[in-house]
Amino acid sequence: MTSKLVDRFVLPLFSGRFWRGVLAITVFLVLWEIGSRSESWLGVAMPWVSRVPAPTAVTATFLDLMKDPGYWFSWYLSSKRVFEGFVAAMLIGIPLGLAMAVSRGFYGTMFPVFEVFRPIPPLAWVPASIIFWPTQEMSIAFVTFLGAFYAIVINVIGGAQAIDVRFFQAARSMGSSSWDIFRRIILPGTLPSIVVGATVGIGITWAVVVAAEMISGGGSAGSMGGAGGGLGFFIWNSYVGGSYTQIVVGMISIGIAGYISSAMLRKLGDWITPWLRDG
Amino acid sequence: MTVAEDQAPRQLYAGSGDARGGGRLEVENVSKTYGAGHFAKTVVQDCSFAIEQGKLTVMIGPSGCGKSTLIRLMAGFERPSNGTISIDGKPVTGPGLDRLVVFQESALFPWMTTYDNIMYGPRARGRDNAETRELAEFLLQKVGLSVFRSKYPPQLSGGMQRRAELARAMVNNPSVMILDEPFRGLDAMTKKLMQEYYARLYEETRRTTFFVTTDIDEAIYLADRLLVMTNIPSRVRAVLEVDLPRPRRLEDLIESDDANRIKMQALSLLHEEAMKSFARGSKAAADFVEAYSRRINKPN
Repeated sequence: MTSKLVDRFVLPLFSGRFWRGVLAITVFLVLWEIGSRSESWLGVAMPWVSRVPAPTAVTATFLDLMKDPGYWFSWYLSSKRVFEGFVAAMLIGIPLGLAMAVSRGFYGTMFPVFEVFRPIPPLAWVPASIIFWPTQEMSIAFVTFLGAFYAIVINVIGGAQAIDVRFFQAARSMGSSSWDIFRRIILPGTLPSIVVGATVGIGITWAVVVAAEMISGGGSAGSMGGAGGGLGFFIWNSYVGGSYTQIVVGMISIGIAGYISSAMLRKLGDWITPWLRDG
Repeated sequence: MTVAEDQAPRQLYAGSGDARGGGRLEVENVSKTYGAGHFAKTVVQDCSFAIEQGKLTVMIGPSGCGKSTLIRLMAGFERPSNGTISIDGKPVTGPGLDRLVVFQESALFPWMTTYDNIMYGPRARGRDNAETRELAEFLLQKVGLSVFRSKYPPQLSGGMQRRAELARAMVNNPSVMILDEPFRGLDAMTKKLMQEYYARLYEETRRTTFFVTTDIDEAIYLADRLLVMTNIPSRVRAVLEVDLPRPRRLEDLIESDDANRIKMQALSLLHEEAMKSFARGSKAAADFVEAYSRRINKPN
């Protein structure tokens, strides 16, 4: 256990790769700082960069916002929508993909419909979704759902269809029933693709939820001051209010949120597909 | 390798054809054509042979001659276009526990540990009982994988994978084992070891076996009877009895006149077949024809 912790957190401190990474980020931040403050520090406003708030200013705003429940409520709202949409996409997408993979008839019926809907960007659904669903909240969750749905379904179908035909032959020879084959061959055989689909899907979900919140006005905006409509609305509202440092904080927040959710999925994926690990 | 003193698994393990009361597989006038009309391709034509109970029958033929198709037909994964295949007089109509295939490369389920792979068949039939578990343990030991029972197939070496697959088939006590080039893709050293290992296994159990290969030395080392196949469309060109004493050792075969006589006989048959397909423009046959003529033209 201790050695694992050492491997994980202490050894990297001695590797060149780790320090090169630290150096790169530091240089980036310093250049950004200089660029942002070029007008006062160098007397010359650098194009574009001088309009972006400096990292120190962003950090200061971020520290302020940490104490603001409205900011955290934005996190909560967006995460909730991502979670709802993502879970719904998994619950509907996995069985649908599996059904299309195992049944030729079902595939023939559903796939053309699916392929017509798939190229429609989830964001194109926002207006229709607002009209269709009774609450703003549901329409955002629905658009989020669409973002993950297609990635999951496509991966499940592809994964299930790529299972080696000899596995089915071997299983049938050994006396497996169809249900047994489904449960012990198709399901585990598709699992790695489900993990891939989910990881791709959740990334799209974050992209979609932010845009949907901006367009729809963030649903419950107003109840918690300016920052009650999720991170997307938080960014939009900061822009409207002219607080540029908040825009950057919002952007970074989404980066962090997306990273955390993908990392969690990868961990979970590793855990449920132990045969793909080495050793 | 120490063997458990238990009699129950040992009996099941050595059970071979007798325990199931049979294992004679008969292929009669079987043809298989894929496609139709202008695109029809006949892979197997009027092929007849029998696999005798308790014998190791080896089929050898040029690559792409339809051996794997014959295996799929015998296993019941596909149906012949013409002719019949029967086991102990009963026609084969689909895959069955009496004829288990050990596939080319490995067809172990990657998501199951070695032990779970071996127990796949018994569990599929609801036989995860003490007796079967005991047999699984016995087989794990037999194939030298007890220590690797909890490893997943991608974590095993090529040789281990083949042995695990043999155990996965044997635990079901099939009347006939069908092995489709089981040692293909192994490095030369491992392959030799696996051949010797497999010969021991067969000699202990005398389970009816159909073994397909493209390796003439492997064929003669293992076979009781050798089926030499024609080019595509596949038929049996000749049946050679390999009356070499068992247990056999690879070294002995190099010096055995009988073995060499059979080898020359088989090679010349294969050469004739290669000539024919070379005449029809097969590139694969060209190598064989060229190498073979150099070999016999060289003065000894």
